Amino acid sequence: MTELEFDYLRAYLKQRSGLALTPEKRYLVESRLTPVCRRFGLATLRDLVGTLKVARDSAIEKAVVEAMTTNETFFFRDRTPFDLFRDVLLPQAMARRAGQRRLRIWCAAASTGQEPYSLAILLQEAGVKLAGWQVEIVATDLSTEVIEKGKLGLYSHFEVQRGLPVQWLLKYFTQIGEQWQIAPSLRSMVDYRPLNLLNGFEALGTFDVIYCRNVLIYFDTPTKADILGRLADRLGPEGALLLGAAETVIGLTDRLSPNPQHRGLYGVAAPVVRAASPVAPPVSQLRVAAR
Amino acid sequence: MTNDPAETRTCLVVDDSAVIRKVARRIIETLGFAVTEAEDGSDALLRCAEAMPDVILLDWNMPNVDGYAFLQALRQRPGGTGPKILFCTTENDVGAIARALRAGADEYIMKPFDRDILTAKLEQVGVVQADAA
Ligand SMILES: C[S@@+](CC[C@H](N)C(=O)[O-])C[C@H]1O[C@@H](n2cnc3c(N)ncnc32)[C@H](O)[C@@H]1O
Repeated sequence: MTELEFDYLRAYLKQRSGLALTPEKRYLVESRLTPVCRRFGLATLRDLVGTLKVARDSAIEKAVVEAMTTNETFFFRDRTPFDLFRDVLLPQAMARRAGQRRLRIWCAAASTGQEPYSLAILLQEAGVKLAGWQVEIVATDLSTEVIEKGKLGLYSHFEVQRGLPVQWLLKYFTQIGEQWQIAPSLRSMVDYRPLNLLNGFEALGTFDVIYCRNVLIYFDTPTKADILGRLADRLGPEGALLLGAAETVIGLTDRLSPNPQHRGLYGVAAPVVRAASPVAPPVSQLRVAAR
Repeated sequence: MTNDPAETRTCLVVDDSAVIRKVARRIIETLGFAVTEAEDGSDALLRCAEAMPDVILLDWNMPNVDGYAFLQALRQRPGGTGPKILFCTTENDVGAIARALRAGADEYIMKPFDRDILTAKLEQVGVVQADAA
């Protein structure tokens, strides 16, 4: 692959998925796109670039973009964001929504489903309290391949052992040969949809909680800032945004501000003093179970 | 992570396969544990009598005293309820997992395992800090 071809692919990926590749990531492009070449009967990366340049073949375009995404994920990843959901965000949102009895949660880069299903498990565990509530988990991702896997909810024994307590494996999964499938009651809680965060997502409506974890790290600063601003628009006034451990809003947008009590948790920045809600105590008054 | 020897956590790896013990030792040591090994349940009981570990990675099928018998004997000893028990076997069916939990295992690891799984399970039983891993 020549310098020019690599530059073409970098620009191509940046435009399609937001992926910002530094020049050192050449090896990554080679190792991930060589199998794509093989799949489409192309001899070299040069042929692939040639094809992308001239042909409008959406199958190849999609394969190139999806091959370059990192889909690594696991159940209850980093744990704290999920403890926070159970102990702070869920009780708060329930107090706020006691009238409507309706909750909306969005996993904005859901990958193969471990993140939305972790939340579904916590919601199921909170069962009695949520009886009569309408809870919706919207799970989106750029890659249709991971979405299909998420819908199926079928995981290898490696996947179910990363982060998922064994008691919940027994309680919520069925063994199918070497694999484990999540219960239909949990699968039906998650609504999977393909979505590129570079495109508009106003149509999704507003959410009480948004998980957008471990995806912004792949983007450049203007892209991050743009997406964060639009995520802020999708949050209700007291909504919560959770980012990955290596991600922040600081220096990117003033629409969102970090919660001083909880790392990784962000809220809509308040321009003026807000009236205290009579039912929902502020985050600062709720304790997170010490771990 | 601290280097204070008084703070070093200990893990006992019990498995009749020297290969498995070696693989597990290598992974667990990089997480900052001092690792001891035993090749069956009776050997493991001796190790626990010398020093009770913080966590035990316990194979189920072993000659002489197997994992199940070891766990029952351990829990009756003074201090024997202290160690976290990670059962670790090639029997990956629901029945075997449920049996291990009833026997008092804190977690269950299906073989083959890798570094990520072992780390995740040690985090889950609380002997490794999630943020430190
Ligand atoms: C590393 S995974 C993170 C999964 C999960 N949120 C977690 O933290 O474990 C990143 C996901 O972002 C998706 N992704 C990458 N670019 C995207 C884009 N422009 N729009 C939507 N999803 C994207 C990838 O397909 C991948 O599944």
